[in-house]
Amino acid sequence: MSDVLDVKVWRGTVEGSFSTYRVPRQASQTVLDVVTYIQRVLDPSLSYRFACRVGMCGSCAMTVNGIARWTCRTHVAKVAKGDALEIAPLSNLPVIKDLATDMSEFFDKWARAQGQFKGKLTRHDEFAQVEPTSKARVAASAGIECIGCGVCYASCDVVAWRPEFLGPAALNRAWTLVNDERDVAGAERLRAVAGDAGCHSCHTQGSCSERCPKQIAPTAGIAGLKRMVAKAAVRGTL
Amino acid sequence: MAMTSSSSLAATQAKHWYWQRISAMVLALCVLLHLGVIIYAVRSGLSAAAILGRTHGSLLFGGFYVIFVLACAVHVPIGLGRIAEEWLGCSTRAAQIGARLFGLLILFMGLRAVYGVVLA
Repeated sequence: MSDVLDVKVWRGTVEGSFSTYRVPRQASQTVLDVVTYIQRVLDPSLSYRFACRVGMCGSCAMTVNGIARWTCRTHVAKVAKGDALEIAPLSNLPVIKDLATDMSEFFDKWARAQGQFKGKLTRHDEFAQVEPTSKARVAASAGIECIGCGVCYASCDVVAWRPEFLGPAALNRAWTLVNDERDVAGAERLRAVAGDAGCHSCHTQGSCSERCPKQIAPTAGIAGLKRMVAKAAVRGTL
Repeated sequence: MAMTSSSSLAATQAKHWYWQRISAMVLALCVLLHLGVIIYAVRSGLSAAAILGRTHGSLLFGGFYVIFVLACAVHVPIGLGRIAEEWLGCSTRAAQIGARLFGLLILFMGLRAVYGVVLA
């Protein structure tokens, strides 16, 4: 291990190429630190996106040595191959410039999966009481910590070959809501997530669960949606 | 109308899913038993005539393989339709028609084989 990293960074949009930068190596350096160093010291024209730097906002995901990761919590020492790093924008999303992708479609799909909570209580009603150990609450809790970083979406082969597929994050969101006993839009949501663009297209390959930086398992949620949709179909409520 | 068509498509996909699940469970058992039968026939050194002698008129043997064929005829077309859509870029309708025809072919050939071994 030398004191300098050889970092290849994608420059351009869909058309473009990798530029190589030499970045000093430091202890506990993250991939985001590397990108920030390049932008601030070596090449101010580099575009990338970040906000919180502590793994909360989901802004800074990129493809690092071929694998989608949250860069602010990814240590260089863990992912560098020798002294080499290759940093590219997330897959399955249009590139705006360099490392910044357009995430509109990713979030539009959350809306298409009926990812909005619809309750029936008003501020004048008593608080809903949800049993913390109930099966539904436990299922919702398992998926609720999603930060919307798009790592799962970029890692999903089904998104790559079926562009209308809602993707793991949107389906995980739908799964947490169908397990929210205060929500009243369950039937409508199951219709939205069934079919070709929804849960039935998932091949259970599990890349999303493997790579989710928050250790969420969208694959399990999608399997749960399939079961729930099947029950609704048998009952005729789909 | 849009709701009806998306709803019926969703219901169709849901039905495909559970029929494929159920047929897979049946197939898992059938394949194990089928392998057992093959190993028994081969290791015992049975001749074709000896095998036919045992299977001919056997309701149990015939019933088992009819179930096996039915499970295949349900399971295979659903998966093939998916592959045709995703890998070959077929439209949903074309994929479903092609897959169903293939399912009928499996059903015909499978039941013909069962008939040949048990009844003919």
